[in-house]
Amino acid sequence: MFRQASRLLYRSAAAGSSKSATARAFSTEVPSTIDSTFVESWKKVAPNMDPPQTPSSFMKPRPSTASSIPTKLTVNFVLPYASELSGKEVDMVIIPATTGQMGVLPGHVPTIAELKPGIMSVHEGTDVKKYFVSSGFAFLHANSVADIIAVEAVSLENIDPSQVQKGLAEFTQKLASAATDLEKAEAQIGVEVHSAMNAALTG
Amino acid sequence: MASSAAVPFWRAAGMMYITYSNICANLVRKCLREPFKAESMNREKVHFSLSKWADGKPEKPGFFFFFFTLLPV
Repeated sequence: MFRQASRLLYRSAAAGSSKSATARAFSTEVPSTIDSTFVESWKKVAPNMDPPQTPSSFMKPRPSTASSIPTKLTVNFVLPYASELSGKEVDMVIIPATTGQMGVLPGHVPTIAELKPGIMSVHEGTDVKKYFVSSGFAFLHANSVADIIAVEAVSLENIDPSQVQKGLAEFTQKLASAATDLEKAEAQIGVEVHSAMNAALTG
Repeated sequence: MASSAAVPFWRAAGMMYITYSNICANLVRKCLREPFKAESMNREKVHFSLSKWADGKPEKPGFFFFFFTLLPV
């Protein structure tokens, strides 16, 4: 399969090269490419109607990256039903990525991180605000803006420890007795989420 | 080049990310203290009406449901 890969790639590149002869510009460049021949032929056919707009005309150019690293990180933390933090300037954010707790400082390399159930902490001077996040994503942009989206995020004091213990015991037992793959996966998720909540409450 | 990285266990079991994410969120909601638990359950309630069709016409005017988002287990 791999021997053919280079041949197939070359073939598809050659076939597509006629169409993609003009290299597509990055969205960092201002999109002002209005096809004049199209506009002219449109005006001939429908002189009273405006030519249709394309998605690129609605796009704002990507904000430029500052040449020097900003001192503060701008955080947007949103949930499906509420916007927790919107454009808040903070010093650091620690997010529970699947690869481990990730500290985000201003000037962080652009990253897309999938979040696992865990604690997200927002550090502003000496203030630390902690949330337990169920799962979600974090988009870290080159201009020191962090967009964090979670499905459910709660303050640690709103979690009921007895429920967590009960759930953990229940799902550990389910994991032991699970039959199908799907049941095992669901039980595993339950164990993970409850252990994370347990660790969050005790840690 | 076509090799896939190690897939998460839920993906290997045939689950989609959104299913996984919703299960996690539901479990977290179930472990909240009152009144936050009641608030979140209320917020996540879904109202929908279901009608079965036969011969191009709905069989009954409609079945009305008040349904909590399918809580797993």
